[in-house]
Amino acid sequence: MDNMHEIIKAYVIKEYVEDDTELTYDSPLISGGIVDSFSMVSLKRFLENKYNISIPDDKATPEAFDSVNKICKLVSEYVK
Amino acid sequence: MLNIGSYDERIKNFDWNIAEKELDYHPGDIINIGWYCSDRICLMGKADKPGLLWEGSTGVEKRYTYNDIRLNSNTIAQFLLDLGIKPEDRVCLFMDKIPELYIGFLGILKMGAIAQPLFSAFGDDSLFIRLDNAQTTAIITQKKHLPKVRKIIDKMPYMKHIIIVDADPGKPLANREVAFDMAKAEKIETFDFHPTTAESPSVLHYTSGTTGQPKGVKHVHYSLISQYLTSKWVLDLRDDDIYWCTADPGWVTGTSYGIIGAFSNGVTQCVLDAGFSADNWYRFIEKYRISMWYSAPTAIRSLMKAGEEVIKKYDLSSLRHLASVGEPLNPEAVIWSERVFGKPFLDTYWQTETGSIMISNYPGMKIKPGSMGKPFPGITATVIHPETFEPFNESGKIGLIAIKPGWPAMMRTYWKNEETYQKKFQNGWYLPGDRSSIDNEGYFWFVGRDDDVINTGGHLVSPFEVESALLEHPAVAESAVVAKPDFVNMEVVKAFVTLKPGFTASKDLDLEIMNFVRKKLSPLAMPQEIEFIDSLPKTRSGKIMRRILHAKEWGEEIGDTSTLEND
Repeated sequence: MDNMHEIIKAYVIKEYVEDDTELTYDSPLISGGIVDSFSMVSLKRFLENKYNISIPDDKATPEAFDSVNKICKLVSEYVK
Repeated sequence: MLNIGSYDERIKNFDWNIAEKELDYHPGDIINIGWYCSDRICLMGKADKPGLLWEGSTGVEKRYTYNDIRLNSNTIAQFLLDLGIKPEDRVCLFMDKIPELYIGFLGILKMGAIAQPLFSAFGDDSLFIRLDNAQTTAIITQKKHLPKVRKIIDKMPYMKHIIIVDADPGKPLANREVAFDMAKAEKIETFDFHPTTAESPSVLHYTSGTTGQPKGVKHVHYSLISQYLTSKWVLDLRDDDIYWCTADPGWVTGTSYGIIGAFSNGVTQCVLDAGFSADNWYRFIEKYRISMWYSAPTAIRSLMKAGEEVIKKYDLSSLRHLASVGEPLNPEAVIWSERVFGKPFLDTYWQTETGSIMISNYPGMKIKPGSMGKPFPGITATVIHPETFEPFNESGKIGLIAIKPGWPAMMRTYWKNEETYQKKFQNGWYLPGDRSSIDNEGYFWFVGRDDDVINTGGHLVSPFEVESALLEHPAVAESAVVAKPDFVNMEVVKAFVTLKPGFTASKDLDLEIMNFVRKKLSPLAMPQEIEFIDSLPKTRSGKIMRRILHAKEWGEEIGDTSTLEND
């Protein structure tokens, strides 16, 4: 898989996974309780800083943030 | 037929002994919430009735009848006794919304200890402050939360046992750690529950204030009387209901109405231990045929944000009655729910200290969208002048909400903080710290908090706690924390920060500070926005003037600035 997937996955593990839970690109992040709705704000901020983009609030939904794959798809829409 | 019948009739002829009689309790009797929520329901002939239908984030399901709940809570109670835990010791529940949390709560109460539920997303600082204040003897947790406990365990000599409900059999446990597997444990058929009485302590919930550390709100077993009856009359719980309280038992709604109210009424309740998504919530309602749904404005507004197309995918016709708690429910949300679900969410008002619903909209009563409703029968509530503490004689005046003490679920004190507890009373009234008005028909209308506490998504966050955490970051020189308006959460945390020499404001530093606070305290205490400024507004004596920053965020008049430094 490409670099973006690995970067985002590594960041999620570093910041939000408290134990040795293994994460795949399809692991449910929001519905799986790994990232809660408040923490989504910091994850969104990371993506915006890292990729120099601005994700509209109405696109930053729990569904769009629910896995590394979904996040990559969303981010790709805004990366020039 | 509604459980409450007519609200107007109920307020004329109310006595708490209505609940006492239904629960077959007589003043002076033994009263133990753990027994009432399990053994008693079995003795009523409902042993085989499903009590808890649980679904995890991966779709795994677990089902517990009332007899399962009775046996498992017996088993946990005996396990705690065998460890040497004594009545009135504090036993912390630090878990996600897993069955062990719900059943463990009852087990703790059965053996006479005090249940201390704490939100599992708390960071290690938030956890330590609350455990240290309560001098907690044992903590029941999951392996996923163990790193946070291990990080602080050396500072807690009073903590004798760390009980892990899902320990890996092959992995060694550290000193003081012990495994307990509820599913595999040999079931205890008969347990002599501790003979607690009305004033025996039951639950210790922590809540935040403007200043100082979080306060431990002490409740007693007699709270059952209020929690049982308000569940029956406000939530209108009936024998054939499938009930879903979305609150986490780390907070008071999750225990008062997610455990005690539901189980003491003998209903079937469902728990979804998964993060929020509109699709998943509607699927859950359809799958379990939820009929009574008790949720929060933040969740309702999130559902509104998700749109109405997703609703059409599911059959939600099982929904019979909806209610909401946490922060004021805006009129748009009430009107929206009536349109899309065919029934309005009824707002209920209460707080950790009150233990049960104080002011509410009732089934069958005229609803005024945006209003908190009217006092529960038996509750004397009014609005008083903020300086004289006398009730207003005319309607429409904004003042402090005031409640006559004496209802069964009223907190008994703040843990080791009687002085702060006494300050909650003025002129014979208990003051929850909220402002409101009352209209000419007796409906209460929420205005706001009377202090700087931030109500975000229904959870109170102390600006003091966040400011203290911010100051521990090496780049932060000073900070001021206020509420910022937010569509979904009503309020979110915003921090104003000045930096120490050598540090420069940047997007990366902004994110680093956000994550720093999130891990130390909790995600809901994390500033959703950080504004780097050169200096904070202060009085000439050096006190930070939060109200000026707050007013700017809310577009309000700044007011008197005569004491402002450099003004």
